[in-house]
Amino acid sequence: MPRNVLTGTRIRERRMMMGVRQADLAHAVGISPSYLNLIEHNRRRIGGKLLNEIARRLEVDAAALTEGAGAAMLDRLRVAAVGHDSAEQDRIEEFAGRFPGWAQLLADTQRHIRRLERTVEMLTDRMTHDPFLSASVHEVLSTVTAIRSTAAILIETEDIDPEWRRRFHRNIGDESTRLAESAQALVNYLDNSGGDDLLRNSPQEEVEVWLKAQSYHLAVLEGPDPPSPETVIAQAGALDSASARDLALAYLRRYRADALKLPLEPFCEALEVLGPDPGALADRFAVSATAVFRRLASLPPERAPGPVGLAICDGSGTLTFRKPVEGFNPPRFGAACPLWPLYQALSRPTMPVRGVIELAGRLSARFLTYALCLPRRVGGFGGPQVFEASMLILPAPPGEQGQPVGASCRICPREDCVARREPSIIAHGF
Amino acid sequence: MGKHVLLIEDEPNIIEAIRFILSRDGWRVDTHSDGQSALDAVLDRRPDVVILDVMLPNRSGYDILREIREQDEIGSLPVLLLTAKGQAKDREMAERLGASRFMTKPFSNTEVLAALRELFPQ
Repeated sequence: MPRNVLTGTRIRERRMMMGVRQADLAHAVGISPSYLNLIEHNRRRIGGKLLNEIARRLEVDAAALTEGAGAAMLDRLRVAAVGHDSAEQDRIEEFAGRFPGWAQLLADTQRHIRRLERTVEMLTDRMTHDPFLSASVHEVLSTVTAIRSTAAILIETEDIDPEWRRRFHRNIGDESTRLAESAQALVNYLDNSGGDDLLRNSPQEEVEVWLKAQSYHLAVLEGPDPPSPETVIAQAGALDSASARDLALAYLRRYRADALKLPLEPFCEALEVLGPDPGALADRFAVSATAVFRRLASLPPERAPGPVGLAICDGSGTLTFRKPVEGFNPPRFGAACPLWPLYQALSRPTMPVRGVIELAGRLSARFLTYALCLPRRVGGFGGPQVFEASMLILPAPPGEQGQPVGASCRICPREDCVARREPSIIAHGF
Repeated sequence: MGKHVLLIEDEPNIIEAIRFILSRDGWRVDTHSDGQSALDAVLDRRPDVVILDVMLPNRSGYDILREIREQDEIGSLPVLLLTAKGQAKDREMAERLGASRFMTKPFSNTEVLAALRELFPQ
């Protein structure tokens, strides 16, 4: 049903909510009750002065009566309805217009569920791969086991020797102290892991959080005479560990090299003309396409061609850099989805790969990806060959079919995937 | 000579508690705490049953179990595996490597006794 057709319904809902009689409202705005009745049942169009007058009497903005729920709200409701065939999807707008409070509640709940799902993904990822958390949980469980066994002995053994009893009491005392300390350390660790700090587990994540805080664009390194990367790192208070500073330094050196080859203004001008086509941009500046990937992913957000993500992996497939975008969050720990074009590129060095992918999940987000694998730091003909693959992530063009992929098996709900290597907690755990 | 169990575990108070309950049940209990030399301990002492913790210093209990199964003399020894991880993949790993039983911490004394009696009936 077209949006403005429901204006009458919204007028009626608002009037009834305010406890105003139809005849009184009609009289107040200078029309007959029967005409207002036709308007309220969407059988007469309404606009202009009369609409404004009714809105004023109902103490509401006229747009709220004509537009109803915002597009964002309707999108959230549509997402909430995905997979629920019983929901009347053709009546979403009517629902939002007639019951704005309930619609808001449903949309908020949907958003909350999505946040919780992300937290579960993150914590599961962390439980599986975070050595500190794994060791801490093991410590707590071992201590609990010792206490449980010892306490059971004391309770169930009536003829226990006094010397053994004293030993077991002492053991329980020692283990209780240890448990309290372990639990406190664990709680502190989790308490200090809110927000972006949850990401700060390894040096790579420290760098990631630092870059994210600057939207991945380092304006200080642009231009003809920037400070040295060492100086920038020395002034970056957020990088706590020496390893993180080393990683960030390597990143900045590469960033600066890219900025010299692809200066910001000429690059943005070329981007205006050629669009976000990494091949064309690489030809224009006589650089590798992977340098263009990195440059596109580090543009100031207002000059970038929409949200731009980037994933880089080494020859083992381990992600060494990840810039997520909304709807595509490469895993922080562990292996990613083997169906990503990134890994196709890794298996075919120097061959460019272009593909649209469709992420599994409630939103089924689609992205256009460009991937390329190139040798890096080649150690001469006799030296080991070190390869690095990069994948640029851009908004997908409309209409192009996407290859179904996931983030990683563990949190991917696609049950029939030929590339699955382990069960999913999303499909089987909930 | 009573039935003989080798407990490979590095938590002293768990060792003491298990040693106590098994001794009262008639078991002769030997203990060993280091992962690196655990296989040698099994070969030297030739127990009737092994209780093996997964997380040991220097060596994983999974590795030790794999090596026990590869030895002709002790390959069929009943092994009760103890772990703090109870996820399905840990259970699958234990089964794949040939654990006779798999028990997740925190377990009860009764469970340990029942498992041992089942693995080595009187």
